[in-house]
Amino acid sequence: MSDLAGERVTSMEESREHEPHRDYTGSKIGMWLFLFSECMLFGGLFVLYAMYRADFTSAFLAGGKDMNTFIGVFNTIVLLTGSWTVAMSITAVQRNQKKLAIGLLSTTIVLGALFMVLKLMEWGDHIHHGLYPSSSALAGKHGLQVFFSMYYVMTGLHGLHVIAGMTVLIVMLIMLIRGKITAEHSVALENAALYWHLVDIIWIFLLPLFYLAA
Amino acid sequence: MTNLEAKGPAQAGTSYLTAKGRYPGILGWLTSTDHKRIGLLYLIATTFFFLVGMTLGFIMRTQMLSPHGALFKNAEYYNALFTLHGVIMIFLFVIPVVPGSLGNFFLPIMIGAEDVAFPRLNLLSWYLYIVGSVIALASLFGTGLPDTGWTFYAPYSLQTHADVPMAVLGVFIVGFSSIITGVNFITTIHRMRAPGMKWMKMPLFPWAIYATSWVQVLATPVLGITMLLIFAERIFHVGIFNPAMGGDPLLYQHLFWMYSHPAVYIMILPAMGIISEVIPTFARRTIFGYTAIVWSTIAIAALGSLVWAHHMFTTGISDFSATVFSLLTMLVAVPSAIKVFNWTATLYKGSIALEPPMLFALSFIFLFSIGGLTGLMLGTLSLNVVLHNTYFVVGHFHYVIFGGTVFALFSALHYWFPKMFGKMYNKAAAYIAWALMFVGFNLFYFTFLILGVMGMPRRYAFYLPKFQTPQVIATVGAWILVAGLLIMFGNLIVALFRGEKAEMNPWGGITPEWQVPSPPPTENFLEPYVVPEDPYDFEGAFAQ
Repeated sequence: MSDLAGERVTSMEESREHEPHRDYTGSKIGMWLFLFSECMLFGGLFVLYAMYRADFTSAFLAGGKDMNTFIGVFNTIVLLTGSWTVAMSITAVQRNQKKLAIGLLSTTIVLGALFMVLKLMEWGDHIHHGLYPSSSALAGKHGLQVFFSMYYVMTGLHGLHVIAGMTVLIVMLIMLIRGKITAEHSVALENAALYWHLVDIIWIFLLPLFYLAA
Repeated sequence: MTNLEAKGPAQAGTSYLTAKGRYPGILGWLTSTDHKRIGLLYLIATTFFFLVGMTLGFIMRTQMLSPHGALFKNAEYYNALFTLHGVIMIFLFVIPVVPGSLGNFFLPIMIGAEDVAFPRLNLLSWYLYIVGSVIALASLFGTGLPDTGWTFYAPYSLQTHADVPMAVLGVFIVGFSSIITGVNFITTIHRMRAPGMKWMKMPLFPWAIYATSWVQVLATPVLGITMLLIFAERIFHVGIFNPAMGGDPLLYQHLFWMYSHPAVYIMILPAMGIISEVIPTFARRTIFGYTAIVWSTIAIAALGSLVWAHHMFTTGISDFSATVFSLLTMLVAVPSAIKVFNWTATLYKGSIALEPPMLFALSFIFLFSIGGLTGLMLGTLSLNVVLHNTYFVVGHFHYVIFGGTVFALFSALHYWFPKMFGKMYNKAAAYIAWALMFVGFNLFYFTFLILGVMGMPRRYAFYLPKFQTPQVIATVGAWILVAGLLIMFGNLIVALFRGEKAEMNPWGGITPEWQVPSPPPTENFLEPYVVPEDPYDFEGAFAQ
């Protein structure tokens, strides 16, 4: 997303040589608008969560007991640390410390991967224990079925966003190594970091709603 | 304008239609990031889908000549027809058509800019739209005939044999394209207005596109998540809307209409912007109440997001929430009425020229008013219970969207055609097409309103014999309408190839697009656009 939005090439006259027009504020506005739409995307799910939690309060509390709070909290720290390092990598780029920036950005990508590995282990564990909506173990238990439906959909969509964010960050890493991202032209990296922070914030809401609900 | 010099004097001023890009021929169009070329790509695709949707509607109408079906006896065919007609017309035609084609083409020109803020994203959004459309249509050849209606209501959409996952995936991708276009246009309007073009000096079509874009950015993701959930229900067997697993199908309707009602304003707001451009030009008079039109545009976008549950009055939602949504529905009529009064007041003491674009614009006011007032009837709780799911709803909807948006689109096509292509169409043929369409339309859809009050339910392949006379009248109206449409499209296509050369400003318009050559050069403005004090100051323009 952000590398496309990052620079603006004026009109179709790409065949002729001219400086691509860059508009820092414009790129930022575009990214924020996109983030608003992401908030609305998850907003629909939060509305559903609120409704179902009101309908099946006790089942939602019971479902929370099946969550591994330790992994949940640990994963939160993993994501937050990644947000911190990507923010620092922007500062490093702006101070022309390219190697440091590469190191910090790589850390974020590795932490994102760690988050996904832990999340996949968690999902695998739940499924192994028959904790999924259509499992026979939950047959007839409507509250728990809805709880786990919401759990898989919300954490699953969040996981897809983590993967998308990591992909964007990898593109940023390549651009950084190739010198396409510099102190003067850092808006693509800044927008990618904004996206990563969004992924982070959504998780911060998911943690209490599912793990700490018990 | 900084890169004008870099392009060299030989290229500067070449029409966007013939300018040479990196690739020759058709590839030059498919890879072009010029907003005008992308606008035409959208226009071609949406026109194609309109013709497909029209044909499906034509078959449906002809089927209804007889109570037992004039063409086929299989009700499943009828289900497939109205589903496809709805999906194609709503998601592939009406929602993208005005922002995608005319918005892309004229928004940058009308704010004095060279292009949109993100030209490459702009091209990407067209490709996403095409990919999504192909996927949605491919679902036709999937596991069974589509039969959910364009609304994909759960729990039926979770059970049917039709290839719902494919269809909702296509709609999701088209929605993503719509979001990107919205992001692009908002950024463009914020960042790229000509120096000196303050917000309240901006022409009204860009204003309408601006408000529409906000609705696209904020409402479309809600449809996106709803479609994703249907997809997840079908593929991964989660139970969010499935009552057998504790889910609540009513919540599907809430989420669906949280987008799909604002989507009606995505359809109508740009059309209102068109009317605000056409009326002053052909009344030779400044628009009445510019500020009121701007604020009513914003008010419609905001209030329109808060009325969704008026689609659900008969589902058993509480009386309290039904009352609140009914009240909000009444409120949204106020800014719409403000616009209608403003347009009418603009005509007062104007020097009215009944050119083809103006005829379509005046028909818009007439048809949209009927659509709006029948909407108020449907927003009234007591009437809604009776009229819900009848032809009255179908008639109301087509008065607003066809009589409103599509007539405004036709007005814009006749208004801007000479600008877009540098050719003029045959006006006599345009008048004939308009007359047929106007008569056919009213014969068709006003009969629908009457049929609805008589109790004819919608989406039924067969009906009681007592409805046959009005059904036949409606079908004859539909045939007349289709004849008018074919003449209109034929006239414009002939003009494309054999039309007379159009002047730069055939209608005497004073907004920015009339100050660039026809067709516009690739860079739009050969010299920087000078922003006037009042975008619709016809008196001042004539005095010069």
